[in-house]
Amino acid sequence: MLSLDLLANAVVAGILLGGFYAAVSLGVSIAFGLLDIVNIAHPVFVMLGAYAAYVTNTAFGLDPIVAGVVFTPVFYGIGVVVYRVYYVSFEKKGQESLRGLVFFFGVLFIVEVGLTLKYGVDYRLVEAAYIGESLQIGPVGIAFRLLVPGVVAVLLTLALYLYLGKTFVGRAIQAVSQDSLALRLVGADPVKVKRVAFGLAIATASLAGALLIMIGPVEPSMNREYIGRVFAVAVLGGMGSVGGTLVAAVILGVAESLTSTFFGPSWSVAVSFGLLLLVLAVRPAGLFGR
Amino acid sequence: MRHRRRWTSCAVVGALSVTLVLSAGWGAVAQGAEPIKIGFGMALTGGLAANGKAALIGMQLWAEDVNKKGGILGRPVELVYYDDQTKGATVPGIYTKLLDVDKVNFVVSGYGTNLIAPAMPIVMERKLVFPALFGLANNEKLNYPGYFQIMPAGPRPALDWTATFYELAIKQTPRPQTVAIVGADAEYPHNAMAGARENIKRLGFKLVYDSTYPPTTVDFTPIVRSIKALDPDIVAVYSYPPDSAGMVLAAHEVGLRPKMFGAGMVGLQFAALLTKLGPKLNGIVNYDFWVPEPTLRFPGIEEFLQRYQAKAASAGVDPLGYYLPPWAYAYLQVLAQAIEGTKSLDQQKVADYIHKTEFDTIVGKVRFGANGEWLQPRVLQIQFQGIETTDIEQFKQPGKRPVLYPEKYKSGNLIYPYAKAKIQ
Repeated sequence: MLSLDLLANAVVAGILLGGFYAAVSLGVSIAFGLLDIVNIAHPVFVMLGAYAAYVTNTAFGLDPIVAGVVFTPVFYGIGVVVYRVYYVSFEKKGQESLRGLVFFFGVLFIVEVGLTLKYGVDYRLVEAAYIGESLQIGPVGIAFRLLVPGVVAVLLTLALYLYLGKTFVGRAIQAVSQDSLALRLVGADPVKVKRVAFGLAIATASLAGALLIMIGPVEPSMNREYIGRVFAVAVLGGMGSVGGTLVAAVILGVAESLTSTFFGPSWSVAVSFGLLLLVLAVRPAGLFGR
Repeated sequence: MRHRRRWTSCAVVGALSVTLVLSAGWGAVAQGAEPIKIGFGMALTGGLAANGKAALIGMQLWAEDVNKKGGILGRPVELVYYDDQTKGATVPGIYTKLLDVDKVNFVVSGYGTNLIAPAMPIVMERKLVFPALFGLANNEKLNYPGYFQIMPAGPRPALDWTATFYELAIKQTPRPQTVAIVGADAEYPHNAMAGARENIKRLGFKLVYDSTYPPTTVDFTPIVRSIKALDPDIVAVYSYPPDSAGMVLAAHEVGLRPKMFGAGMVGLQFAALLTKLGPKLNGIVNYDFWVPEPTLRFPGIEEFLQRYQAKAASAGVDPLGYYLPPWAYAYLQVLAQAIEGTKSLDQQKVADYIHKTEFDTIVGKVRFGANGEWLQPRVLQIQFQGIETTDIEQFKQPGKRPVLYPEKYKSGNLIYPYAKAKIQ
């Protein structure tokens, strides 16, 4: 029963969903892909971004996207501080792998419990004029609730891609992931560069959180549901490839959407992760990995 | 010199000991007897925490009330509880600790089918009476005589719980023919959908879509679209709060307009979703157990809700409190009345007493059947009607959620088909 209408709708929905997954995974792609920092606390920072959007939306009626953009510098600052602590405590001493992971576990719980204590455990949603409305283009109906996050996510990815590829600091970040000793030899300080990169990674969480709360209700412990997904997207895309993250996320999103529509939603997660395993078996570095 | 110092220290020790003994004695006199400890796990974080925390407030109000009146059998009650994080895996550890370390006198369940199930083996092994809070069909396969479920699903819980929605549907004209059922991949929706399938068969409907989705699904539009493509007359959803919201939003965006929509969506009873979804809820027919309608004024419930609402505001939990808190209060009322009635803390005696007694609680008269479920079901079907704003006060008044079924509690009429109830 392959209706073209249904197929078109499923593909479009999948692309938009994929865009959203990419937005949430960009931070991990940078931190884990480029800097080798296993930041499992990234989804909880996304949650923090979602709550920031919720608070400003409820108090001032601020559109969540605007809130996400406004808070980006704040999250950058948080990322810089967190990296500083991580560097001084673990990286400098060469003990980053396991202990660093435990550190980020701790950060995850501190932020999650902090959110729970401050905002309670009730589900939170935001209100905006376009949430709940949809756009009809021929046979394809697109909900704004998914269109806006999808479009914003693609723009965010593009911005990050251009920054990493074209600006001096961006190229320094790519350099530090390739060979930090060589970078030191040409006179740049790898620690400073990594600090900027990690700050950037957390900064993306602000906007990603705003997108998350637009799509559906959030509560603090939801962050743990995303850990698997974001690392899967980052790995599938190829470590450190921002463009790869977007492609991988869209592939997973479309797979999920098509399975949901035609084979039953209970299989969608299995199919997505099955795809991941398949790609990694054939190309262990991921789609665009070096 | 040394001699004097020795006497001084002796005097100090002596004085301290006397003080300690006196204060212990004093304390004992003021407290009265040793407290009766009631232990449980409760979802204070995680997906069901919004409900769990609200329930806890209801239970704490109960403990306050009981202690104000002098306790049970002259002893004060003390609630001992731990956060189960809405994770079944934590439950066995919690109940083992409550029984072996905290040495509680009685245990009651946490909230939710998925959190009651893991506690059953422990209570069965130790032959404990186990009042349970809102679990669907947890005892169906176990038939444990110590289990008592305060949710008024009825003697055949999955069947009776889902029946009222379909029984309401067959009375409508034009009579709906086809049904789509969908739910999350979890214990409660599984049990509910099993019951739904039987009711659908029994009443002669045709099942055209029957699927579950992973609980962490982000986007419900593909699911709703594939349902819409089949054009069913009835769409029945069995979901938890985040997916209930997701399905309502997706249905609105995709333009899903069956003749009847709703059934078993948990979460549409709380302020958080009521106020955010507002007019998008119009027309949805959903289950509920208590709404502020004139046909449901049980003695004591309104006064309880006022006290609850005062506490809820500062605690960051559901400000309305209609869904779970009165029942959390009631299941402890049943336990207390049974302990008073048997004048003992013996698990077996208390369980036997509960089986053969009708209790007066703030949710009305409660009577259990042999399997621990309510002897008579009391699952209400309500319809969201006339919601134009997202203001919370409208939900505290009758009118926005009239009871359609059963007849005994009916307070309004069904707007059928679903599309007619949409204001936009």
